[in-house]
Amino acid sequence: MDTIGVQDFLVVAVLLFSVGFLGVVLRRNLLLVLMSLELMLNAINVALVAFSRHSANMDGSLFVFFIMTVAAAEVTVGLALLVALYKKRQSVFSEHMTLLKN
Amino acid sequence: MNLSLVDFLFYVFATISVGGGLAVILSRNPVTAAMFMILSLVGVASLFVLLEAFFLAVLQVLVYAGAVMVLFLFIIMLMDVGPESGKGTALSKKRLLSGFVAVLGVGFLTVLTLEYSGVAADSGANWQDVSEETRVEGANVVFSKSVKSFGYGLFTKYMLPLQVAGFLLLAAMVGVIVLSKKKKGESNDEDTEDSSLESSVPQPEEA
Repeated sequence: MDTIGVQDFLVVAVLLFSVGFLGVVLRRNLLLVLMSLELMLNAINVALVAFSRHSANMDGSLFVFFIMTVAAAEVTVGLALLVALYKKRQSVFSEHMTLLKN
Repeated sequence: MNLSLVDFLFYVFATISVGGGLAVILSRNPVTAAMFMILSLVGVASLFVLLEAFFLAVLQVLVYAGAVMVLFLFIIMLMDVGPESGKGTALSKKRLLSGFVAVLGVGFLTVLTLEYSGVAADSGANWQDVSEETRVEGANVVFSKSVKSFGYGLFTKYMLPLQVAGFLLLAAMVGVIVLSKKKKGESNDEDTEDSSLESSVPQPEEA
């Protein structure tokens, strides 16, 4: 293989998505869970831009713009919720968020 | 086997982004994790440059590495969370199960990609020289490097989604202000600072 193609970018996207997925499932610090969510969204962005470039079509790149917007909104609201939760519970670890348990 | 410059840069940037991501989920200290996250985001921006999506690369650095990660760092330092203690990491049944699910999901994704990346590669020859026939029919915006085509697409084909995105940002801003507003009868003097801090964040995105 003399040059990189769209499948190489796809492999990078899958690796990034897997790393983010592992972070969401395995970490207990909710701040890090939010960061891992961002990683997953970034992986999707890489795949979208690669396909957009591959098919010579602008739609994928435009969609990335909207994903970035939604991600920024999601992070601000998520962090505000986290701050409110921290004021109540003095913790950011998921095992302490047990208000709805049982 | 000799690597061309683009191939070499691709491997470097892919390593930076994936390695940064791994360091994010492996580091105990949230501040360290945020720093590695910035590294990973810059790596992804470099991948965008390799794909000739220059505007998206700039946007990635400005919005993610600039606004979002700065907000993360503010919140981490506001909450004063120390490094995660290792005592909770004993393998309980629940964590074992979640780890199993995670490995299963990652394996599924990997198999799926390895299976279908060949299909994707077959449909077009090479991402660097896309010929006329690989262009998707019916799409009115053709991929180009310029910001102009970006704006053209946003304001013609995607006019309604753009408005919805703007409204979403407004709703997020109002929601954050409501969430972090000081409630009546609650006297906490740290409240006023972080509400002003967070409400100002979605605005630069809208410009």
